[in-house]
Amino acid sequence: MFIKEYITEIAKATKSLWTGMRLTGHYFIRLKTVITEQYPDNRDTLKMAERFRGEVTMPHDENNQHACTGCTACELACPNATIKVITKFELTPENKKKKALDTFVYHLDMCTLCGLCVDACPTGAIQMGQNFEHSVYDRSTLTKKLNKPGSKIREGVE
Amino acid sequence: MYSLHAITDSIQNWLSVRFSPLWVLIIESLIVIVLAIALFAVLGLVLVWLERKVAAHMQIRLGPNRLGPAGIFQTSADTLKLILKEGLTPDGADKLLFNFAPFIVMIVAMLALAPIAFANGFQIWDVNIGVLYVSAVSSLSVIGILIAGWASNNKYSLLGAMRSGAQIVSYELSAGLSILTIVVLTGSLQISDIVHAQQNGWWLFKGHIPVIIAFVIFLIAATAETNRAPFDLAEAESELTAGFHTEYSGMKFALFFLAEYINIFIVCAIGATLFLGGWMPFHIGDWTQFNHVMDYIPSSIWFFGKTFFLIFLIMWFRWTFPRLRVDQLLTLEWKYLLPISLFNLLLVTVIAIMNWHF
Repeated sequence: MFIKEYITEIAKATKSLWTGMRLTGHYFIRLKTVITEQYPDNRDTLKMAERFRGEVTMPHDENNQHACTGCTACELACPNATIKVITKFELTPENKKKKALDTFVYHLDMCTLCGLCVDACPTGAIQMGQNFEHSVYDRSTLTKKLNKPGSKIREGVE
Repeated sequence: MYSLHAITDSIQNWLSVRFSPLWVLIIESLIVIVLAIALFAVLGLVLVWLERKVAAHMQIRLGPNRLGPAGIFQTSADTLKLILKEGLTPDGADKLLFNFAPFIVMIVAMLALAPIAFANGFQIWDVNIGVLYVSAVSSLSVIGILIAGWASNNKYSLLGAMRSGAQIVSYELSAGLSILTIVVLTGSLQISDIVHAQQNGWWLFKGHIPVIIAFVIFLIAATAETNRAPFDLAEAESELTAGFHTEYSGMKFALFFLAEYINIFIVCAIGATLFLGGWMPFHIGDWTQFNHVMDYIPSSIWFFGKTFFLIFLIMWFRWTFPRLRVDQLLTLEWKYLLPISLFNLLLVTVIAIMNWHF
């Protein structure tokens, strides 16, 4: 019947509107639901999400050793030539020539933070860091050398 | 009950002893003008701040919180910025109408303020057709909006203005009919009569379910008449940039913005007066003791409390509901609100004739 449909429609509409208003009302009364980060103020306590991709880093252990073999898989994976791996040849104790990392050049100013290099790395030598405060006055300082001076490849990493 | 009659009468006597009647009238008008402009300025600043705060918390944000406690001075700073900005007039615009339109909107908002009773004995003009006057004057603002849209020489402005016209003309009907329910119950169009009729309880409680339905319809129609979301098709940002005030900048834009908030205040004040008793404290029938305790709260606090409650409701609507399409907007009015409010008016008339209300 028409009248019945008409009234049920109004009742349904009222109910659905009330559902929406209850949600916004819920957020309005409860002040602790606010998710705003008051960034410069909470810099000391700020915790970024684990998956956040801020920059490419190369972790070194306490003996100043990294896990990069210089295979250039990351350089090949990079879509916009952000990474340049410079390799050298070192002599092993058995007097054999072995490829090793000389300089890991990382152009942060060209990086889109896609994370493909981290996926491509076979030894887990590079990671995505949490730091996001990259603004500088001089663009050339964004070209970084990721392996620390005097660092070596960790024993056992092939 | 404490009344402000004493103050207004003493000013009147003090002036009439010293000046001729003409000068008394002029000076009193000046006082009223100063008070009205001060109220406008304060309302504009407070309501914009309130809107931003309410919106922020409903969207799990914080809102303005830098300038002053809880960002209360943010709107003052914004106004200062708007005053310093250039009021640009586009080349193709109709210069006279373009510059005139914000003032029409503003003047209409000011005129509608006249019969509103702010407190016991504090009313600019207690005209005997107060309710009719307000509903007539407040629908004039559509002329200002149409002029603004037309004079801008911009298709978005014109579209926004036309939508606004269609919307205000349609929703005027159900707003008027829901106002009529209270007029039928009171038997008077005078604001002071309507307020005094609610001495033993507000109409919302005395008038049973039909008045509650009328109240809901009035709220919906008021939201539509002030062009606010979910009925903000006139300035639908995603479709028309900013609707009729696309081309306005600086203080001329600020006047439109201010007029919008003043109009919200006025419709909410009317709603509070008609349905929630205006400045009348919360009274229950003949509970003399209870009523007496309630009378200790000043009448202006009752009035502003009720008005701001309704304003909060309208803000709540705005930040919850998505915008309607034009056809949905007109369907809601012509197929739902209008038939319901016509039938509702009939019910209320029966109640009034049979004296079934409390």
